[in-house]
Amino acid sequence: MGEEEGLHQTQLLDTMFVRGLKRKCFDGEEDIEGTLAGIKAIPSYNLQRQSLLDMSLVKLQLCHMLVEPNLCRSVLIANTVRQIQEEMTQDGTWQMINTQSTGQASLDRLVSTDILCRSSREQAEGKHVPGYTTYNKDFEGDQAQDSSETMSTASSVQVPRNLQSNVWEMENPQENKGNFQKSLDQIFETLENKSPNSVEDLFSEVDNSYYDLDTMLTGMMSNSKMGHCDGLETFSSPTATASNSNCKSDLNELDHIVEILVES
Amino acid sequence: ATGDKGGRVVIFQREQENKSRPHSRGEYNVYSTFQSHEPEFDYLKSLEIEEKINKIRWLPQQNAAHFLLSTNDKTIKLWKISERDKRAEGYNLKDEDGRLRDPFRITALRVPILKPMDLMVEASPRRIFANAHTYHINSISVNSDHETYLSADDLRINLWHLEITDRSFNIVDIKPANMEELTEVITAAEFHPHHCNVFVYSSSKGTIRLCDMRSSALCDRHSKFFEEPEDPSSRSFFSEIISSISDVKFSHSGRYMMTRDYLSVKVWDLNMENRPVETYQVHEYLRSKLCSLYENDCIFDKFECCWNGSDSAIMTGSYNNFFRMFDRNTRRDITLEASRESSKPRAILKPRKVCTGGKRKKDEISVDSLDFNKKILHTAWHPMENIIAVAATNNLYIFQDKIN
Repeated sequence: MGEEEGLHQTQLLDTMFVRGLKRKCFDGEEDIEGTLAGIKAIPSYNLQRQSLLDMSLVKLQLCHMLVEPNLCRSVLIANTVRQIQEEMTQDGTWQMINTQSTGQASLDRLVSTDILCRSSREQAEGKHVPGYTTYNKDFEGDQAQDSSETMSTASSVQVPRNLQSNVWEMENPQENKGNFQKSLDQIFETLENKSPNSVEDLFSEVDNSYYDLDTMLTGMMSNSKMGHCDGLETFSSPTATASNSNCKSDLNELDHIVEILVES
Repeated sequence: ATGDKGGRVVIFQREQENKSRPHSRGEYNVYSTFQSHEPEFDYLKSLEIEEKINKIRWLPQQNAAHFLLSTNDKTIKLWKISERDKRAEGYNLKDEDGRLRDPFRITALRVPILKPMDLMVEASPRRIFANAHTYHINSISVNSDHETYLSADDLRINLWHLEITDRSFNIVDIKPANMEELTEVITAAEFHPHHCNVFVYSSSKGTIRLCDMRSSALCDRHSKFFEEPEDPSSRSFFSEIISSISDVKFSHSGRYMMTRDYLSVKVWDLNMENRPVETYQVHEYLRSKLCSLYENDCIFDKFECCWNGSDSAIMTGSYNNFFRMFDRNTRRDITLEASRESSKPRAILKPRKVCTGGKRKKDEISVDSLDFNKKILHTAWHPMENIIAVAATNNLYIFQDKIN
């Protein structure tokens, strides 16, 4: 397949992961109290879930290369996507496509998804962040804020069906593009039109911006010792409203930074 | 035998024991190398078919030659590996250099004589079983009747006769009428070691189905269904992915079977379908890293597992060139490393330990230092002796029990 491409991706992500960790460890040693002081932003469950969804969709699309994609892997990723979408439907976070000015905003949301590694039991114990049940309550209060923030760049409900037919039946990839997230459309269309060489270039561009975002995010959050699983262990949850308003300002900063990156 | 990404098969053979060192077993050396599969191009779909060898299975030996089945994504081949150490000399119709003799010049007949020559190992393809799989072949399994074998891809399982290449029987088909409804694929399949009518296949949802070919021609309805109920408190978005079974192996006795999912190995009693009788954690410390492993695709790695000859121990691979062995009787387990740097030849392997949190002791390795590119997916245990083969990237390691 991109056997080389897969490795390229892995190396970059590994680098990101390792670098992120080092920053966290370093900062963690500096600020030892382990209190809420200095917390700016916590990647909320919703944000991370959205990020996982986006990552999964990208994974599904980017496996259409020279060799037939691994069906088992595609099925498992698609099932994960469906799970997330079902949960989001139940939550009510499922929204229509938002018209974004930059069109790149979804990449902002690719924050660390380590919180999702944790089972619902661990979350309920309130170790790291509010458990799932608590999130429901918080969510209702924040819902107005969420929609105004355009935080969720969720696709239309059409996506699951079109996504699956696009994955399994490669004969007609063109028909099913219409309903994808607008923010990801640019990636997909360019993938379709370009030759393999430029696809790799495009992909490396995507990777780089992700990489930069991640180091930025971990940099920002490392002040509050966030960013990866282990870092979250020492904290109890902050109030939801405080974190949301912090999120907002941070994300605006991110928007700004991403614009600069993309244009450069 | 080992198969690689380039379609080559390399066979290793143990040398005769050294007479001067009677207590030391012989070493394994290369016996034969041949190109089993070549890359192909599917013109209908405009896709490459990789020559990478997915599975190799030996046939039970019936004469001096060795037979094995090797498969890539689409085609299975039966190879015969034979030795030639004699050459016939004194043919009547041709000269020693092979040129045909003029029949009118032959005045007397002679009987050709066999003369010894340097040992030559020849591999020749005897059967090619092609065009029976739409999806990628993940398993092949030789039946206990020594006449038939099965091949499984993501959605179908076919039954072949070793002598017949232009026909195969489809015995399992889980392809939905509408591909958009596809949520589960076949991940591995194996014949029962003694009952030639029984086979099992595992799925990406962590289930195993046992089928009896006597019940119907198409075994879409299983005879037994093995699934462990999920622990609802440990559910996460990655639960299904890590429950996907990457390998299933019957015990030599035929009474148990073992399955490998991403984090554990489970032993099942064929008489009990609702849960495994034993569960062994391979690398539980990875549970909190699942998101990162999902990002870099490591969560989709397919590890194999194997039994020892007496079914008292099981072995499977992990990351960082680590492999794990579990003793079923004593419940002890050990982690060992297959790498040149970590041990000298003939030195006893030192047990390894992964530090899961807190203070890292000397000689322990922390989870974050593990190299996820060094994965041991394939391991094999000698059917009768305590010798194991471990494949680490492009190296093959052979380890044996220390003999006193």
